[in-house]
Amino acid sequence: MPFLTTLQLAQAIPDGALLAVPADYGGVAMAVTLDLIRRNARDLSLAAAPVSGLQADLLIGAGAVRQLQAAAVSLGEYGFAQRFTAALKAGRLTMQDATCPALHAGLQAAEKGVPFLPLRGILGSDLLKLRPDWKVIQNPLAEMPDPIVVVPAIHPDVALFHAPLADRHGNVWIGLRRELATMAHAARRTLVSVEAVFDGNLLDDPLRAPGTLPHPYVEAVALASKGAWPLAFADHYPADHDALTRYAEASRSDEGFQAVLQEWLHG
Amino acid sequence: MADALFLAHTLARLVAASRSVAVGTNSPIPAAATLLAREQAAQHNGRMVISILGSPRHTPFTDGGRELFDFAAQGRLDSFFLGGGQIDGNGNINLLGIGDPTRPKLRFPGSFGSAYLYSLVPNVVLFRDEHSPRVLVSQVDFTSAAGSGPDGSYRPGGPRWLVTGRAVFRFDPARNRFRLHSIHPGETLDEVTALTGFAVDLDDGFGETPTPDTKTLALLRGPVARELAFAYPRFAAQHFPSGHFSSEGHPA
Repeated sequence: MPFLTTLQLAQAIPDGALLAVPADYGGVAMAVTLDLIRRNARDLSLAAAPVSGLQADLLIGAGAVRQLQAAAVSLGEYGFAQRFTAALKAGRLTMQDATCPALHAGLQAAEKGVPFLPLRGILGSDLLKLRPDWKVIQNPLAEMPDPIVVVPAIHPDVALFHAPLADRHGNVWIGLRRELATMAHAARRTLVSVEAVFDGNLLDDPLRAPGTLPHPYVEAVALASKGAWPLAFADHYPADHDALTRYAEASRSDEGFQAVLQEWLHG
Repeated sequence: MADALFLAHTLARLVAASRSVAVGTNSPIPAAATLLAREQAAQHNGRMVISILGSPRHTPFTDGGRELFDFAAQGRLDSFFLGGGQIDGNGNINLLGIGDPTRPKLRFPGSFGSAYLYSLVPNVVLFRDEHSPRVLVSQVDFTSAAGSGPDGSYRPGGPRWLVTGRAVFRFDPARNRFRLHSIHPGETLDEVTALTGFAVDLDDGFGETPTPDTKTLALLRGPVARELAFAYPRFAAQHFPSGHFSSEGHPA
């Protein structure tokens, strides 16, 4: 399987797609994200697995996102996600608030090919008022009253993430980030950027194979060294503190955001 | 306001009896408290399982983001820390925002795992450094996670403690309310009451929050600071300086 460019991956994500993305600490394909903005992507729906930050804020600020499902959107220690907040206040963004395990469960339901999964907790939360698609049912196996929440399967059109390694067969090594495999199993298509190429077959190595997302799920891979910049990427590189500090400061206003975005797009 | 070492010590006492403690995102002081509690458990030949989100070195899970939540639902997680943009006297917490959620006046990051873990983890410790009427309110504007109930639901978990930069509250499950358990050194009851937006009544044995002893401070400045630097390098450098006790407050 030939490696594509990050721009080719971005071009393979159609406007209007439901795009599943990991948390900022979980392998975000930032280089592809910037290419999505370069190609002027529109009307995307994002499903965060289970939270998002810089990636969602950038895409929202660039006008590429119509709807977002997440348990939280935050720049973590760099503060609130200002473009996310601004779009919400202006009514330009439909927010489907969630709680982390509900997003995991929604993707797991899709992974299993079932319409919903039950999970404990959540009862008493106002999230149930915001989510008419989450239902409270009686546990059908209990004789006593036992209300339980069910959440619908989430079927992303595309799962997009960044991983350490891929081989030329389309196998992608994700290591401990098993939620990326769940995302890929749930999604119709999976597009991945990687730090480096693995010569050989990842599935041939008994130590690497259990941490590998195998090729049946993977549509295309792009090579992108430092592809999660300016976010940290596992033990490969730390966050670019100066870039994130500057982003957090500038993105308080749309003008400031646009200035940083242009630097990152053309820098 | 209390400093980071004092607060870490205070939080650590509240999870000391736990076999397992987890810390969520962007929570350096709870992370320090958890590392301290583990050190102290180890000194008494106890084993404490800890999980600090975002720190692979401190996360003993291999099955992805869902595993911690499954672990909690299995009843294996004894303690968890949560914060809140608003916290009310009945233990309800708001991590979402103020005003109509679809067009909010003020938006916080979101509910994270709170709606789930608050119901399932037996010893939830709320921590918010800022102690003010805008944080500690009589009733939250949005309930990310409810302090109790609903009646008749499966609910092994809930709030047990609330720690701020000025005081400790204990949750009274008989009344479903927080009661003021202690105030930190240098605080006065009048001031703490005035800064609390919900009605304050005193817990049995109300007193002053204990300060860390020299042995605890040595742990905080030594092994805890070193471990914390893996998860929160800049915070550790700023707030856990080795060799002297910082008397500075830390930013909210």
